Amino acid sequence: MAYSFIAPWMIGFLLFTGGPIIASFVLSFFKWRMIEPPSFVGLSNYADLFLSDPLFPQSLKVTGLYVLIAIPSGQVLALTLAILLNQRIRFLSFWRSLFYLPSVVSGVAVTVLWLWMYDPNYGLINHLLQMVGLPSVNWLYSEKWSLPALIIKSLWGVGGSMVIYLAGLQGVPQELYEAAQIDGAGDRSAFFHITLPMLSPVIFFNLVMGIILGIQTFTEPYLMTGGGPSNTTLFLGLYLYQAAFHFLKMGYAAAMAWIMFLIILAVTLLQFKAGERWVYYEVAE
Amino acid sequence: MDVVLQKEVKGARRRANAFASLRRRAYIVLWGTAHRMGLLKKVLVYSMLITLAAAFALPLYWMISTALKPLDQVYSIPPQWFPNPIMWSNFPNALKVRGAPVLLCAWNTIQYTASGVLGTTLSSALVAYAFARLDFPGKNALFMLILSTLMIPFAVVMVPQFIIWYRLGWLDTLKPLMIPPWFGGAFNIFLLRQFFLTLPKDYDEAALIDGASRWGIFWRIIVPLSKPALATVAVFAFVYYWNDFLAPLIIISSEENFVLTLYLANFKLPFIGQIGWNLYMAAATMFLVPCLLVFFFAQKLFVRGIVITGLKR
Repeated sequence: MAYSFIAPWMIGFLLFTGGPIIASFVLSFFKWRMIEPPSFVGLSNYADLFLSDPLFPQSLKVTGLYVLIAIPSGQVLALTLAILLNQRIRFLSFWRSLFYLPSVVSGVAVTVLWLWMYDPNYGLINHLLQMVGLPSVNWLYSEKWSLPALIIKSLWGVGGSMVIYLAGLQGVPQELYEAAQIDGAGDRSAFFHITLPMLSPVIFFNLVMGIILGIQTFTEPYLMTGGGPSNTTLFLGLYLYQAAFHFLKMGYAAAMAWIMFLIILAVTLLQFKAGERWVYYEVAE
Repeated sequence: MDVVLQKEVKGARRRANAFASLRRRAYIVLWGTAHRMGLLKKVLVYSMLITLAAAFALPLYWMISTALKPLDQVYSIPPQWFPNPIMWSNFPNALKVRGAPVLLCAWNTIQYTASGVLGTTLSSALVAYAFARLDFPGKNALFMLILSTLMIPFAVVMVPQFIIWYRLGWLDTLKPLMIPPWFGGAFNIFLLRQFFLTLPKDYDEAALIDGASRWGIFWRIIVPLSKPALATVAVFAFVYYWNDFLAPLIIISSEENFVLTLYLANFKLPFIGQIGWNLYMAAATMFLVPCLLVFFFAQKLFVRGIVITGLKR
């Protein structure tokens, strides 16, 4: 009886998740270009990725740099916003909507909007730079600035994390702050000794989810740079897509997907391990 | 002796408590409540808020203002901040730009989104109900399995799924987009289960005694009581499927089967220059309108959904 309720998920899991994961793994040992029958090549897809394809290490480097910079700075921004909104301020729901909205409408339309913002000749960002006397930048066409441009764009979407932090902050018992204040603790030490420890499970959750999603970044580089210039924004997700659907190297793409999966798995496990050290869970009563 | 000591201790404790509460009250009188801000802090908080708010609002403002400008003001230096005159005609004109058939694309998006919202909400609710209320062998292991699929990147299953659709001859149709949502989504199952667990079990048990079936309980008790949670899932699903890009990009190839995200992405840069960024931004704005409406009308649901899934551990 119970199984009939979970049947949709079980069937869907076998067809669209579990089955494909195994198929992906098997496929990664084959060479297959869709038009001719697949041929078994052993580990050579994996060997090629690491030994003879310079683009794959490049895509790992780009994705790694992006995750290392965009995710921590995004979380700092999200936490800052949440703390600002957690003060006694007027029009709270107005401010909250304003910061939250961009993360809800993200996607193709917003990505092309940023393409326009970064336009080297007529884009708003260069206009603003000129207004304050800074030189304009070639943004998406510059090897130096293309990845920073995508990182800046990602900061615009931190509203989702902000809302989670805000909820977390509102769950911190007020007595703790009052007690600290009576004991003469300043705002700074209250932040480091009460807010941060009490929020650590939320920070942990946001970090794990942010990294999982960051590693899969696709839409922005696909639409804004196509991976260029000189592969400086060739994200892992984009290179994988190109291998599968531009070059029809299905086995090769499957090998890449498995490496992506293992990286996400490793990072997540590592975070759980590290989390045991610094995440503070309130003792259940 | 003992009694005297106890009295002594009690008295001391009472005095200490009274003193503490007095000190606290004095503190509040002197400095305001724990959260009242000083003037300096107030200035600091509001100036940071306003700066950040300006930075966050600017891109959307620029999209709408570009969408309403005549062409020469789009490319003026220094930039034109307010469109003058306001070109409302950009919106109908954006629909006439030569590209994929935009109304057909809109209809495809509506079908995809409708199927996605209905399918994922219904199927996830069924599965979540079983995990919240029923007992069956392997329940915990299966639930862990569902949670762990949250970690699996779409990229890993993308290629084999593509091959399935290819073998079925369904590539370049809407079926590969519209069918999978009906098999439940891990995130939604998790959210709904968390919600169902908060509903009192007494209703179920009373209905069971009255001879109701599990299906009856699900439809007549759980679903009506869970409207806010179901609406939350539906609203998240709406935004997700409306904006979905990668799955349609892989599946759909001919323009009459495009969804709107493909329509928007199909304009390549030099061509956007030809049609003008004002018309292009008008198209992007129109595309976002349903999402914006949903956001403003269902904001509470978004916040609640994010809180349910983000904080329960």
